[in-house]
Order: sequence, then structure tokens, then C-alpha cells
Amino acid sequence: MSPLSTLTPRTLKKPSPARSRLRGGARYAPTLATVGLFLAMFAVGAGMYPSFLSGQVFLNLFIDNTFLIVLAVGMTFVILTGGIDLSVGAVVALSMMVSATLLQQGWNAGAVIVLVLLIGGGLGLLMGLIIQYFDIQPFIVTLAGMFLARGLCYVISLDSIPVTEGFFTGMAQAQIPLSGDLFVSPGVLLALGIVAIAFFVLHHTRFGRTVYAIGGNEHSAMLMGLPVKSTKILVYALSGLCSAVAGILFSFYSLSGYSLAAQGMELDAIAAVVIGGTLLTGGTGYVLGSVVGVLVLGIVQTFIAYDGTLSSWWTKIVIGGLLLVFILLQRLFARKAG
Amino acid sequence: MKSLLKHRLAWPVIALAALLLLNQIFRPDFLGLRMQDGHLYGSLIDIMRNGAPTILIALGMTLVIATRGIDLSVGAVVAIAGAASCAYIAASPDPGSPVTAATAVLIAVVAGLALGVWNGFLVSTIGVQPIIATLVLMTAGRGVAQLITGGQIISVSNDHYKSIGAGYLFTLPISILITAAVFALAAVLTRRTALGTLIEAVGINPVASRLAGLRARNIIWIVYIFSAVCAAIAGLMISSNVTAADANNAGLYIEMDAILAVVIGGTSLAGGRYTLVGTVVGAFIIQTLTTTVYTLGIPPEVTLVFKALVVITVCLLQAPKARNLLNRLKAAPKPAAKEAAKEKVAI
Repeated sequence: MSPLSTLTPRTLKKPSPARSRLRGGARYAPTLATVGLFLAMFAVGAGMYPSFLSGQVFLNLFIDNTFLIVLAVGMTFVILTGGIDLSVGAVVALSMMVSATLLQQGWNAGAVIVLVLLIGGGLGLLMGLIIQYFDIQPFIVTLAGMFLARGLCYVISLDSIPVTEGFFTGMAQAQIPLSGDLFVSPGVLLALGIVAIAFFVLHHTRFGRTVYAIGGNEHSAMLMGLPVKSTKILVYALSGLCSAVAGILFSFYSLSGYSLAAQGMELDAIAAVVIGGTLLTGGTGYVLGSVVGVLVLGIVQTFIAYDGTLSSWWTKIVIGGLLLVFILLQRLFARKAG
Repeated sequence: MKSLLKHRLAWPVIALAALLLLNQIFRPDFLGLRMQDGHLYGSLIDIMRNGAPTILIALGMTLVIATRGIDLSVGAVVAIAGAASCAYIAASPDPGSPVTAATAVLIAVVAGLALGVWNGFLVSTIGVQPIIATLVLMTAGRGVAQLITGGQIISVSNDHYKSIGAGYLFTLPISILITAAVFALAAVLTRRTALGTLIEAVGINPVASRLAGLRARNIIWIVYIFSAVCAAIAGLMISSNVTAADANNAGLYIEMDAILAVVIGGTSLAGGRYTLVGTVVGAFIIQTLTTTVYTLGIPPEVTLVFKALVVITVCLLQAPKARNLLNRLKAAPKPAAKEAAKEKVAI
């Protein structure tokens, strides 16, 4: 029990459970809508294509989007504080370039991964420090970070570099069998592990509660004596770290490094977070919702792949449309709650 | 001298002058202009011509940012406008005629108008945050442009259409003249009528301006429409310059350049006060920077890193906290004078 509740008079306590349940329901509503949408899309797919309704199609949604899941996790933290990180796609590309180049020069895979994580986390930390201490909009700082990371990619190489190193190719081909013929890739387990950690951190630690508090009202959070400064900086460092992990996962997936890779991936990550029910103004949202958001984006692509006649640009149009619908939904919920 | 340095345009202009000087040192004929076939040629003209689309979009962006907004969709609007006009020319029965070119221009501008209305509707009527509202069009817009072109690069051959981006009039490139005309129009409309003040009022305090009887909604609508139409004209320039519409790459990252131009020019991202002249200077700085990279023999791959460092430096210089720090460092050597001033106030 927090000290506050012991101070609350009993008379005030009575109506609170009902009210909080109602508010809780409204808070879950956007995420529940996303889950509903995902199930509906899966059902429609199953109705249209008999082979759609298989466990492996569902698991492939994870296998093909491990990097996006990890990115969305980092982005969820940033957006929950009311910020935004536009650099993630470029940091993914930078991570891929660095690991591909160093592996080609015969570096040890473990050392490469550690270095990449340090670069990603360091870049994020740097952006967080600038955002916090110079009070510049996250949007502009991470935009500069995006230019910097993308530029460093070009400096490393303009060509695509293949990855032939044993550990990376092993991770790319490895299949972890589940029941029956079903399997997942090791990357999926890693991504889900990160989701689990993020879930725990957001909902069961002081840091997580501070993240929500900053998004709710930064000024109040500061007046409450919460460590607003360090939390805000850490959130960007976390996002940078997640981008580096996503870069490594994407390397496992594509087995190459290319400076133009992951272009526009920041938009996909933001879209997944928004579709997953996180309010862009911060303070409300769930990391699990973001995962469902990624799955929705994945199923849109699966649809287009199954259809065969639809061109790839429909993906962008549909994602834009979904983004719009969920933003409008958010406005609706926000108005009701207000 | 001191008051000159305090002018808000002082630093951007100094930066631009320094960049030009740097180029002049490395390439003595840099600032030279020459006449050839009745056209003006020279690096300065090149910078203006290549920078024209960015300047146009940055002008629109300035007014949007002045209302505390941001328009991320301009790159997508560039692609849609180019795609729509080129698709029309390619499909028309008389692809070379001036009427076809004029209709194509009209189509692109109307498309820009419609997209601006859409953005304005989301921001002003629905009340969506500008960065998110325009993100929708940024994501979906490129898809729409690809839909129009069928995923292919549409090439057109229409001399009249080509002249928008590559033609000359009165010895000057037409794209520069168009940009100058839009700048003049925007300057007159916002500085000679109340519109500019109203835009600033909405940016400084939307609630207060509404309570003061101002139709903030309409003002917001106007700036997003203006921004999208500017982007559409820029799209015409870009596609006519290469006589083709490339839905994927036309105007890619141009929103970033435009926002940078606005920020470097001295308009605050927090809304309110803005400067159109500053934006034009900012856009020139960005374009000159790209040219400088070539002049100095720096590999072009490094341009982005260079840009990133410039942005961060400019933002740091503009940040109030960094300025306070600098001022404190300046003030530090003479604390006695400060004390004296305090005493005077006390008396």
C-alpha cells in the first residue's frame, strides 16, 4: 500500500473502485480495439484463403517482424513520455552496416554485437542528454540523430555488404521447433524476451511508473519529486539500445548490411505504437498493445502477399488509413474520458 | 555593431556569408556570374535553382510552424503532384501541347489544395496533433503517388512543362522566378495585411486568440493549404526538371530540409514569431552546404553527417539554456558591475 492511500479518508474510498474500473475500461479500449481488429483480419484471411488459418502463418508474423517488435518496444517508452524518436530506422541501418563491415574484417561475433549495442545505446543517450539539458524538441534532435546515423552508414560504405560469418548465418537459419511442424526463429524468442522485460519494467518498477507520470504531466511529475530528468534521458538511451538490437535482428534476417536499409522503418514503428493504443500525447498505452500493432502491420503485408494481384504500395495506403482510424478513435476516447 | 549582431537574422546571414566565402577561397571563380546564350550562369544561380523547391516548401512550412504546427507530409505531396501531372500528360491525346501542360499544372495545384484541406481538417476541426495528422499523409501519400504512377517512373516529353523546372525567362531560371513570386506573395499577404499577426497570435496562444474573437480554425486551415500548395508547385518543379515522375524518390527527405531551413532561419519551433526572409536564408545555407561539400572535395557521402552536425550546432545556439550559459560566461568577469546595478535598483 502506498502511503497516500492510508491517508485517504474512508468515505472517499468507497466510490473509487467502480470509477477506476470504468476509467480502466476506457483506457484499455484502444488496445482492445486493436486486438479485435487483428482477430477480424485473421478471420477474413482464413475465410478468403484456406491456407491462411495455420499456426505457422501466425508464427511467421513474429518471425518476419522481430526487429519491428523490438523497435516498437523502445518507441513505446519514448512515446509514453510524450516524446518521439525519428532516428530508429537510421540506427537500425547503422547497426547493420557496422556489424556487416566488422564481421567481414574477421571480428568475433560477440564483440561485434557488444560494440553495436554500445553505439546504439550511446547515440540514444547523447540525444537524450541534448533533449533534456538544452531543452530542444525531441523531434528535431532525433531528426539530427537520423541524419547522423544515416550519414555514418554512407561513410562506411555505399554498397551492400554480405554477412557470411558463422554465428549470424547460424542464427538466420536456426529453427526452434514447437509442437507439430510449427517453428520459430531464435530472434522471436529474443524479441519476446525483450517485450517481457519491457512489460515488467513499465508496470512493476519505479522507472516505469515515472515514465507514465512524465507522459501524464511532466510538471506534476517533477513536483512529486520523481527523477524526471534521468528518466527522460534513459528513455532515449533505451530506444537507441532497442534500435541496435533490432539492427542485429534485421542482420540475422537479411544477412547483409546496406546503408539504405530500414528506410521509413521509424514510421512503421510509430504506426505500430499508435495502432497498439498508445496515446501520442503520452501517459497512456501498453507495450503489449504495440506488439499487437506490429502484428496488425504484419498481417496487412501477409494479405497483400497472399492476394498476389495487389501491389506493394497498398501496404503504405492501408497503414496510413489504419493510422488515421486509430488516431480518430483516440480522439473519441480522449473526449469521453475528458 | 552590437545592435546589428542582436538582429535575429544576424547569425544566419553571417553563416551564409562565411560559407560563400569559404567556397570563394577554394574556388576563386565561385561568386562569378557569366552570360551564355542569353542565360545567366554561375554557382550562385545553381544554388538558387537547386534550392528553389526547398525554399518554396520551407516558406509554407514557416507559416505552419508559426501556428505551432508541423507539416511532415510535404514530401508525399511533392510525389503526388508530380505523379498526377506527369500521368495526365502521358495519358493525354496531345502530350506536347501547351494546353496539356497548363492542365497538368492545374491538376497538380488542385491536388495540393485538396491535400492541404485534408491536413487542415485533421488539425483544426478534429484537433489531431499536427505531427501525427500529417504523418498519416506522409505514410499513405507515397503509396497514393505509386498508385497513380502504377509503380513506374513516368517520363513525359512536353517542352512547356519542362520549362517550369529547367526553363529560362529574362535570363533567369523560371523556377527562381516562381519561387520569388511566391515569396513576394506570402510576404505581402502576411506583412501588409493582418494575416501575419493573426498567425503569430494563434501560434503564441491558441486559446487566447480564440477568446479574442479570432477564428483560429480558419487560420490553421489556411496555413496547411498554403504549405501543401507550395509543396505541389515544388513537385511540379522537381518532376519537370527531370521530365519524369518518380513516386518513390521525388521529394524524399525534403520535409527534413524544409524544417531545417526554417529552424536555421530563426523561426522558433514553439510557434509564434516567424521570419520568411530567415527561412530563405536558411534554405540557401542548406543548399550552399551541399555545394560546399563538393567544392571542398569532401566525399558526398559525408553530406548527411555534415548536415546533422550543423543542425545540432544551430539548435544548441538557439536553445535558451545554451544562450544563458554563454551569457553567464560573458558576464562572469565583471560581477562587480552587476552588484552595482543591483544596488542602484535597491535605492
